[in-house]
Amino acid sequence: MQAFFHQLLSGIADGAIYASVALALVMIFKATHQVNFAQGEMAMFSTYIALALTQAGVPYWVAFVVTLVFSFVVGLAIQRLLLRRISRLPHASELTAVVVFIGLLIIFNGLASFLFGSMVKEFPTPFDPAAWYGSTYLSSHEVGMIVMTLIVLGIVFAFFRFTRLGLAMRAAAENPQSSRLVGIKVGWMLALGWGLAAVLGGVAGMMAAHKVFLEPNMMAGVILYGFAAALLGGIDNPWGAPIGGFLVGVLVNLAGAYVVGSHLQQAIALVVIVAVLVFKPSGLFGRTVVVRL
Amino acid sequence: MTTASATAESAGAPARRISGRLAWLVVLLVAAAVAPFVLSNYHIFQATQIVVYAIAVLGFNLLTGFSGQISLGNGAFYALGAYTSAILMTHYDVPYWATLPVAGAVCFGVGFLFGRAVTRLEGLYLALATFGLAIAMPQVLKLDAIEPWTGGSQGVVLSKPASPLGSMLGDDRWLYYFCLAVAIVLFAAAWNVMRGRTGRAMIALRDHPIAAGTMGIHVPSYKARVFGVSAMYTGIAGALSALVAGFVAPDSFTFLVSIAFLIGGVVGGVASIFGSLFGAAFIELVPDLTKQVSELWPSWHWLADVQWPAYGVLLIVTMMVMPGGMAGLVYSVQLRIAASAQRAHRPPRS
Repeated sequence: MQAFFHQLLSGIADGAIYASVALALVMIFKATHQVNFAQGEMAMFSTYIALALTQAGVPYWVAFVVTLVFSFVVGLAIQRLLLRRISRLPHASELTAVVVFIGLLIIFNGLASFLFGSMVKEFPTPFDPAAWYGSTYLSSHEVGMIVMTLIVLGIVFAFFRFTRLGLAMRAAAENPQSSRLVGIKVGWMLALGWGLAAVLGGVAGMMAAHKVFLEPNMMAGVILYGFAAALLGGIDNPWGAPIGGFLVGVLVNLAGAYVVGSHLQQAIALVVIVAVLVFKPSGLFGRTVVVRL
Repeated sequence: MTTASATAESAGAPARRISGRLAWLVVLLVAAAVAPFVLSNYHIFQATQIVVYAIAVLGFNLLTGFSGQISLGNGAFYALGAYTSAILMTHYDVPYWATLPVAGAVCFGVGFLFGRAVTRLEGLYLALATFGLAIAMPQVLKLDAIEPWTGGSQGVVLSKPASPLGSMLGDDRWLYYFCLAVAIVLFAAAWNVMRGRTGRAMIALRDHPIAAGTMGIHVPSYKARVFGVSAMYTGIAGALSALVAGFVAPDSFTFLVSIAFLIGGVVGGVASIFGSLFGAAFIELVPDLTKQVSELWPSWHWLADVQWPAYGVLLIVTMMVMPGGMAGLVYSVQLRIAASAQRAHRPPRS
């Protein structure tokens, strides 16, 4: 029973990472109907920046904030300088967008290997391993990870719910034309959304890196779980994404421990993806979309 | 998107252009036939690899370029084909040439079922699911339960197919001709399908799935079949790659294989049969070229290191400025030349 609790709780801890990644994916999907395949690699790249800063002697939380600002700027810049142009191309199609995202994925991945080397590196945690909130079930880093994610999610939801800017961003995503008519700068809202998504990814990357160790391919698995989480929660529902994240975390951990063994965990994510797509494409909490001819 | 080049390839073009194309084809075939006698052994190996990649990139193009279903996971079928062939050869003593149809059939079946499951949805979801397939594949191949067959992370070592003509035609050359023959058959089949009823149905699926449905094309079943055929092409290429490399191991089938096919497809032109050849040459030769440059001039060694980021930039730029890839570029140049020739024939305006 103890082992079961341990698996369950560390599933929730992993789920915290997937929840942030899934929310980042959902934010971009809602605004643009695109899936950002480069989300994980952007997060990985940010994490390297954080590592470089902490190695240079910057205190962890300062490095944390600087990294998030960096992530935000990179996300914003990608949208403003690249994606805006892509979406205006006369021949733009779904394939164009997917190929561009894959292009970004290999750019970030290759740049990280080039600049920082492809060795596996340790990443520090701000949570003291001997802190009072650590227990036999969860390390203090895992507890910190869960709390951190909940705080970040809280901030994001409060931002979208209670601020004018958040409202404007939601409006721009929901109905760009009408938003433009009431004076919302839709283009900039999209760019802000990209920046915020990159910040969420950055948080996930820094939290994950202590557990899975930092290397250029660190996020390949995480992004897969993030996709599974986003689809499970309903890819157009921001509330569903974190729930999907925690569910996937628990599912993968329990199935890894008791059913298929730890070598097949990524395949479980694949099974979740395919199963959701086949049986309930709108996910647990998504809207069913009816296409009008 | 690249409708122009696709229709030119599938619909009947004027007779003069066809004969011009035939001439090019003959030149290409003759060059391919004499190549092993002028190239060094290493270059024969490379040429063989290009032929194998060409089949795989063609498989990708049939699916993504012609029928508009975005696959980021064709590398998984490449792996499946390679392993099918390797296991049949080592455990059941099947001759190497007989493993190809089996690998093709297995991949068709798996691809069809996978496609059947997910192709009812928008293209983006297919990209997502295939992305997952590509990432999860190496883990599946390392699975303990199938280790007796797959050799776990060690993989399987194969013996090189021996040339039936003995020393008259070395093993390397024989393998090259063998792959070339398979490729010619598969290319001819693809060309034939694409200019017929099925090909037009595939293009209709891509350009307007709803209209295609109302015209009586059973959209999900067509999509699943195209997915199966694409998987079959990729699987046969994978089986050939196992013969060429002489071994299979999970780590040679990472996500990057799928990305390489995507690069080959996009650079050569996704909706083009002959673009596949160019794309295949690109993904085989460019990495080698950068390696050679960095060996010759050590101060340029960073060139090999920034290769992947450079591919990323290339993908994005290609999508922005020439979405038809190399084939699209060639086609538009042809159009220009034809237009200027026409202008030259016209009497000058007074």
